[in-house]
Amino acid sequence: MTVSPKFPASPADEFRDGMITIVPMIIAALPIGLIFGALAAQKGLSPLEVMLMSAGVFAGGAQFVALEIWSHPAPWLTLTVSALLVNLRHVLMSASLAPKVARGFRPWQRALGFFVLTDEVWALAEQRAATRVLTPAWYAGMVIPFYLNWVIAATAGAITGAVLGDTTRFGLDFAFPALFIALIMSFWKGPRTGTVLAASALAATGTYMALGGAWYVIAGALAGVLVAYVTAAETDESGAQGQ
Amino acid sequence: MTVDPFTLLAILGMAVVTYLTRLSGLFLMSRITLPRRLATALDAVPAAVLMAVITPAALATGPAETLAAAVAAIAALRLPMLAVVAVGVAAAALFRAILG
Repeated sequence: MTVSPKFPASPADEFRDGMITIVPMIIAALPIGLIFGALAAQKGLSPLEVMLMSAGVFAGGAQFVALEIWSHPAPWLTLTVSALLVNLRHVLMSASLAPKVARGFRPWQRALGFFVLTDEVWALAEQRAATRVLTPAWYAGMVIPFYLNWVIAATAGAITGAVLGDTTRFGLDFAFPALFIALIMSFWKGPRTGTVLAASALAATGTYMALGGAWYVIAGALAGVLVAYVTAAETDESGAQGQ
Repeated sequence: MTVDPFTLLAILGMAVVTYLTRLSGLFLMSRITLPRRLATALDAVPAAVLMAVITPAALATGPAETLAAAVAAIAALRLPMLAVVAVGVAAAALFRAILG
């Protein structure tokens, strides 16, 4: 694909452009952050712990997964492995965005900028890079409000959510699974995704029944990826994001 | 305001591996090209992980939860994420009330 990048505007204009770009994502992420904080409080995390996790990990999917398998004391190794598995997709996103920041960004700007490379940030940056040169000012204007929004919303949710009480009464505990189902469907790419999901569900259910604990996450993930690898061999098409 | 040591360890572990995945592309990109088949398999990771994660709550709890999961999946075909959450929560409450 050939593009004709326009010359970047002044840093102030670029920063403002970035802020405008991120507004819809902020509106969408705000209630999700509040829900995350409230559910984390249900799991026994303090508001400070919620703030540390949101600021340090800054990955909605991985954070929700962590809560789902959270217990006391925290199974830190399982939590770390599952965060790695959930975030493996970032390897592809990072690789595809890397050439687009190779010249305009200083090394520290790349290192800092990729610390906050979520699905949303990646998608918007790729969209921008298709027609314009990516500048640090634009990127900062986009990610700074988005980052603060997530950390503040999650912490606020933890502070207020602690007084919500029993969530199962109103089906609120099902917010988690429902959120994940919405996420799963957003990854849908045709029947092959169905095969992956079926393999994952079967392996996870079997492992959950047989072993309990949190092994079902790893079993399901491995089964799903294995099936994806095997089915990809037969026709070898779409799916490569890194190119 | 407390921080449990194991919780802190978990948060640190999660933060480090997450950052590694995000940084990796910067270093990998100039050096290797990911085989397409492997890229396709990696592409399936989020869906496979998320499916596994909800299994106990959605598929191995009871008929009310399984039905609510199906309703949420159908809702997800059309509705934005927040609406799907609302539909899922309402369906879970409803099916639990009906099925006990």
